[in-house]
Amino acid sequence: MEKAALIKAKNPYPKKKLSKKQREALEAWGFIGVGFLLFVVFMLYPLIKNFIIAFMNYSINPNKPSTFVGLANFKRAFVSGGILEESQKFYLALKNTFLAVLVTVPFQWFIGIIIAIAIDSLRRFKLFYRFMLYIPVISDWLVVAILFKYLFQPTSGSLVNAFLLKLNLISKPIGWFENAGTANIVIWSLCIWKGIGWVMMMYTAALQDLPKSLYEAAMVDGANKKQLFYKITLPLLSSRTYFIIISLIIGAFNILLQVMLITNGGPLGQTDVLLNYMYNKAFTSFDFGYAAAISLIMGSILITISVLQNKITKKTEIEF
Amino acid sequence: MKKYSIGQIFLHLFLLMFVIAAIIPFLNMITVSLIPNSYILPTKPQILPESFKAISFVNYKKVWGRESFGRYFLNSVFVSSMATILTMFVSTLSAYGFARLNFKGKKIIFNLYVFSLMMPAVLAIISQFTVLQKLKLINTYTGLILLYVSGGVAGNTFFLKGFFETIPKELEESVIMDGGSRWTIYRHIILPLSKPALGTLAIGVFTGTWMEVFTALVVLTSKSKRTLPIAMKLLQNGRATEWGLIFAGSIIVLIPILIIFIIFNKQFIKRSGAEGAVKG
Repeated sequence: MEKAALIKAKNPYPKKKLSKKQREALEAWGFIGVGFLLFVVFMLYPLIKNFIIAFMNYSINPNKPSTFVGLANFKRAFVSGGILEESQKFYLALKNTFLAVLVTVPFQWFIGIIIAIAIDSLRRFKLFYRFMLYIPVISDWLVVAILFKYLFQPTSGSLVNAFLLKLNLISKPIGWFENAGTANIVIWSLCIWKGIGWVMMMYTAALQDLPKSLYEAAMVDGANKKQLFYKITLPLLSSRTYFIIISLIIGAFNILLQVMLITNGGPLGQTDVLLNYMYNKAFTSFDFGYAAAISLIMGSILITISVLQNKITKKTEIEF
Repeated sequence: MKKYSIGQIFLHLFLLMFVIAAIIPFLNMITVSLIPNSYILPTKPQILPESFKAISFVNYKKVWGRESFGRYFLNSVFVSSMATILTMFVSTLSAYGFARLNFKGKKIIFNLYVFSLMMPAVLAIISQFTVLQKLKLINTYTGLILLYVSGGVAGNTFFLKGFFETIPKELEESVIMDGGSRWTIYRHIILPLSKPALGTLAIGVFTGTWMEVFTALVVLTSKSKRTLPIAMKLLQNGRATEWGLIFAGSIIVLIPILIIFIIFNKQFIKRSGAEGAVKG
């Protein structure tokens, strides 16, 4: 091996004494070096440091030392009691986060797939619908969150109240933000409204990728349209479905701007979600240790989901 | 000419319902932004302007001038463009290194990248803040752009490496025969041949940075440095009832994204299908 490398090293670069391997490694670091340095300093190190901060009473003031407090930050979140009653707020945020997942994911998925199938069965104007329904997806979360706050204003002139009044579903305008139940409905409907287009696009792409040969073969065998749909289309789409649902779940866990801008947790923290709670703990009350602990809890939930996804999708992936 | 069956008509009606639900909120927003002094909520929703005469751009002038959105717009253009250019440079170099060169520790580093992709971004933000604090980069564009570029290294390397590997190696051998370096290969073969993938990535990075709030909110503290999304958020806090003004600002934020979407809609549509882009 070494001899071969030495012989090769003479040609085409005879000037230097480095072996070809060393030379290649040096060149490689020239290419990946900057990216790796940035990655280590601004991603890897912070990720590791975050683990440590979560076990500290962390002080951002350099003159005031940070102290290790063991599991105290986690205890504050999970166990009720103590001087500052935080666990109640934490559980509320946790509950709302899970509720958001449970409510928004099925609706987004179901409406999205129905629309995708409808678009796929059209003869004309497919692109028009895909384009129009994708506009909410590309729009800024910040802007649409503010927009939804407007649409759900408590007067009879706001779009949603006016619509419901016209349909005689309600007799007087609803004060959507006055209690947690209706405020959550506003947040969820925004998530669903914005997410449907994404699901639609994922499935229309999947439908286009389905192998035509399978359908032709089935038609030769005398299968009707209904059979084609239930026996071929749906099973083949299911391999994409896992990916789509996991992405929706992770998206719903990451709800932040919706809550921050529409209710900011109100009334009385009853619509708070984990990310908004963590953000306020860190950057409003500068309680970094506790906030880091919250982010670790959230991180472990998300990693569990990704690991489960990898296990499940490996089993069900259909190759064609 | 094809005749429309009842089924097709029904499908169109069904889909139009959703198109209306998707578009009406935006129409409502545009109309309100064109009405001056829209403090008080109207008695009925304004989907379209009542008459051509009623349209006024007063809110846009106010938000652009008095609320300094003109300045924030330029700030955002600067941050997003710089972040995009640097990201493209760092990621293409790095992806080429991983796609074509062998070196010690390659596997470990690549696995670290993949591992970091599985970690939610929120995990890092608190310590990223403390790192920037130590480097005295809080409230600087350098700090913000560095976070944007670094945050993308792993994902973009992963994405581009896959693409670079599909380029036939024979093309590079001819360069080596002519005595060209790796740099020549990267510059004159890999980059020109990857234009579609690079275009898709650049659009994604630019629009993603343009709309980013979370990191910018943490890093930038002074008023004059704000990017558009932060300015928008603070405008909404400060002038909660001046909806005309707020929506004029919102539309200024949205317009560049919409223009990019209209020009490159095929890339958007393709990207969301083929690589399973991250859900926004």
